Order: sequence, then structure tokens, then C-alpha cells
Amino acid sequence: MPAAVETVTGAAQAMVLNMGPQHPSTHGVLRVVLELDGETVVKARPEIGYLHTGIEKTAEAKTYSQVIPLTDRLDYLAPLSNNLCYCLAVEKLLGLEVPKRAQYIRVLLTELTRISSHLVWVGTHAIDLGAMSVFLYCFREREELQKIFELVSGQRMMTSFFRIGGLALEPPPGWLDRVDRFVNVFPERIAEYEDLLTQNRIWLARTKGVGILSAEDAIAMGVSGPSLRGSGVAFDVRKAFPYSSYDEFDFDAPVQTAGDCYARYLVRVAEMRESLKIVRQGMNKIPAEGPFRAEAPGIVPPSREEMKTSIEGLIYHFKIYTEGFTPPPGEVYQTIESPRGELGFFVSSDGSAKPYRVKVRAPSFVNLQALPRLVEGRLIADVVACIGTIDIVLGEVDR
Amino acid sequence: MADTQDIENNPTVRKLKDWDPHAVAEAILFRGELTLLIPCEHLVRVAEFVRSDAELQFTFLSDITAVDRFPIEPRFELNYHLLAIERRERLRLKIRVVGKDPVVPSVTPVWPTANWHEREAFDLFGVRFEGHPDLQRILMPDDWEGYPLRKDYPVEGYR
Repeated sequence: MPAAVETVTGAAQAMVLNMGPQHPSTHGVLRVVLELDGETVVKARPEIGYLHTGIEKTAEAKTYSQVIPLTDRLDYLAPLSNNLCYCLAVEKLLGLEVPKRAQYIRVLLTELTRISSHLVWVGTHAIDLGAMSVFLYCFREREELQKIFELVSGQRMMTSFFRIGGLALEPPPGWLDRVDRFVNVFPERIAEYEDLLTQNRIWLARTKGVGILSAEDAIAMGVSGPSLRGSGVAFDVRKAFPYSSYDEFDFDAPVQTAGDCYARYLVRVAEMRESLKIVRQGMNKIPAEGPFRAEAPGIVPPSREEMKTSIEGLIYHFKIYTEGFTPPPGEVYQTIESPRGELGFFVSSDGSAKPYRVKVRAPSFVNLQALPRLVEGRLIADVVACIGTIDIVLGEVDR
Repeated sequence: MADTQDIENNPTVRKLKDWDPHAVAEAILFRGELTLLIPCEHLVRVAEFVRSDAELQFTFLSDITAVDRFPIEPRFELNYHLLAIERRERLRLKIRVVGKDPVVPSVTPVWPTANWHEREAFDLFGVRFEGHPDLQRILMPDDWEGYPLRKDYPVEGYR
């Protein structure tokens, strides 16, 4: 608490400072109301909702398939992770088994998404703390990934590539060569970022010992993902509740125990290397041929050829795109490890063609709640480091 | 019948029923997910028990989801998605609340993370949480009228 200091104008008072919603280091439209005593933060209160678009309400008015494009717009830095989680939830509701080939392609693409998301994170976090060049390097590699996503799905960001029962399209021939090229150059690129940051004295001064979150606090606040693992809790949904055949891949979930901004940085950099490992395995695992979506008439659309040549195919195609399909009544909660933490979709069905309720458990929303614990009692310059380190995407926070 | 057997033999269900036979009104197993229907007045007791019990260890509250079953009464359902990190197990606690003046005891003393989840349920469904330290709207503007995720609230909003 501020000490009562007498000044010329009377007793010193705490100053209230509005950080955001328009502020480059808040990574979107986040507003933090800071109560300051000099340069020390006494109290911080995140104010959110500036980007609230009612995605959960909209989802109740769409058929199950029509919800997929909405999920892209939640965490727009990792659209494929959102697609995956929603599709897995509906598939669980339906009891639908997805072909192995589609599962491996899903894993490969979501891991590339994780790398791409972490690249944006490293870059913007570094620029927040004054290291400009890392940002430029990271976006160079991210551009290559965006091109891969565009090649595969036709879209750079709003991919909507995963569909209920599999994938939207057969990936184009030669796409794995493109991935291969990326996989070959990326390890030295990570080394390059690490050269610029890991031993950098300014970087260490700005991140080491800053924004410490203990393991107990992290669990109590529901923090998940790299922020939880940076506090020494080895929990990764991919390991604990494997989905989409993650149990067949060999990888580690990096853990650091310090719980500060630097530990979270180390976890994310190590995660990029692990993702690369998974991508490499995925490239060898994906069969050259085979179905890319499940055989489920009435739920998964027939191939174009079947639709054009058989009457059943035509009827199913028409029915799926006009009426949709009807899962049995019930509710499921499906989680995945998104780049930001535990992403969950709660989907409730009443037996009709539209979801009765879709709830997104957004990792950014929950992680942001821990921000006051990170910054209170610290200097105002550390607020920037702490907002950056929890890696929020406001599209997902506000939904 | 095999299904009811599975539920009765489930360690979490057995443990809770041994502790207090009235704590669990119903146990449902759907797609491998266990849901326990809890009478509203027992919620905080059960929450405290499943969090602090040495065997159950549901220390991590993932999410709180409200569902509006309008016009069925009791109208609101609240789902608490719990996670036992060490044991790698999930559990859903469900309570039902009547539509007229819905009030639920807050679980923020048990899991501090419930703070924002409960604010969100209050904001979008109008469910009030008794004992919540700071029950204010979180996503919608403070002066907003109505609760957008209720089923009797039009998708385009009131015009």
C-alpha cells in the first residue's frame, strides 16, 4: 500500500492509469486499469469485452458444420487448433471415428499452427521489450507457414480446413515437400532467435524474476498451457488426454520451474522444437493415399464424383447442406492443447440439427485472470512484459 | 444395465456416496464423461470435498458453463468442469436452478479461478452468485439490458 507522503499539494494519492484499449503492447483491445503509487503498481484490473461478438449465441443459430468458420475467428493466431477442438467435440457427440490419415494430417497442421503462433508470440513479446530484429525474423518464418496453410486450405488465416469427420479437401500434391523445406531450415532459425535473446543481458534483465507465478497460484487461477508449465506443473492435454492419435507421437512437454517471464519464454522456445519433432514424425506417418474423411453417409458429405454420379450421393449432399445432421441428445466437453493452453469446447445437443449450446473454454480468458497476480507490487514497465508473457489473443478472450 | 453398473463402480461416485449419500442426486455417463447432478444446496460442500480430498484431488477448475433450458423448469443448468491434474481425470458437476430469480452459491472460495467464469455466467445468463467478491458484467457493457445467451433473447438482440 502507498505510504502517506506529504507533498506541497497535500497527501500523495494513488494515480489511476488507463492502459489500453488502444495500446500496442496490449496485443489487441485489452484495457488494464492500473492504480499506481509512483511507478509501482498497487492494483491492476483487466477490463475486457471490447471484441465481444456473441460467437456462442451465433453458433446456436447455425447448423453444426456452419459453426466451423466461427471458430477460426476466436483465436485468430491458431485457427486450426480451434477447428480441431470443435470438430473433435462434435465427433465425440456423434461417436464418429476419423480415418488415421486425416488424424495425422490434423496433428501435423496443428503443430505447424503452434509454431506459427509461438513465432508471433516471441516476435511481439521481443518488440514490446525493445528487441526489434527478432520480430522481423519471426515474421519471415511465419510467412512461410502461412503460405503452407494457403497451399493446403486456400486460406492464410481463416482456414476452416478441418471438418466434422475429417478434412475439407485432399491436400494438394507436393505439399509435404513444402513442409519439408520449412522443417529443414527452421532449427537454425530457432538458434538464431536464441542467439538474439536467450543470453541477451537486456532480455534477461527484463524477463528474469519478473511476473513470478507459483505452481499453487497457477492451478488455483486455472492457468494452463506454457504458462502453467513455466511454473513447474507438467500438464499437457496432448499427454494427459491424447486426442487425434497424439499418443503415437514421441515428444516431450518442456517444463521450467522458475515461474517467471523468462521461464515461460524458455518453455515456448522448447515447444517449437518439440512441435518440429512431431511434424517430422507426421511427415513419415501420413500415408500417401487413403481417405481424408470418414465414411458416414448423412453426416460427412460424399465425394464430388459420388455426388455427381449416384442418386444417394446427391440426396445426402443436398440434405447435409440444407438441413445438416442430427447428433443424439447429450453433452460433451472436449479439450485440446492449443498454443495458449487448454482449449475446451462444450457442445450440448438436444437432438436437432443445430447445437443447443456451444461454450468455448478459451485459455486466454482464464490466463488473463492471473495478470493482477503477476504485476501487483511491480514496476509499470513490467506490466508490458507480463501482458506479453501470458500470450493472450483478445478474439478468444472476448468471443 | 452394464452402464449403471459402471457408474456405481466408478471410484469417484462411490467415494462421494460413501461420504454423503445425499450429495449426488444422479450420475450420468455419456461418451466416457462422468456427470454428477448435485443438489444446489450441497454444491459448495461437494466442491470443497472433491478439491481437498486426498484421493480425488480435483484441484483445477477448467470451466463453468451455463445452459438455458427455457421453457423447461428448473430452467438453468450450471456445469462445473473439473480436472485432477495428477490423476488425469475429468469430472463434471451439474446443478439446476429455477428461472425466477436464479441464485447459486459461489465457488470462488474453493477455486479462485471461478471469479471470471461466474461473472461471465452472470453477464450472459443473469444467474447471480451469492458470495462472489465482484459480481459485475464482464463482456457486455455495464448498462446493457437483458442477458444475451438466454434462449428468450433474440439472436439479433432487441431492436
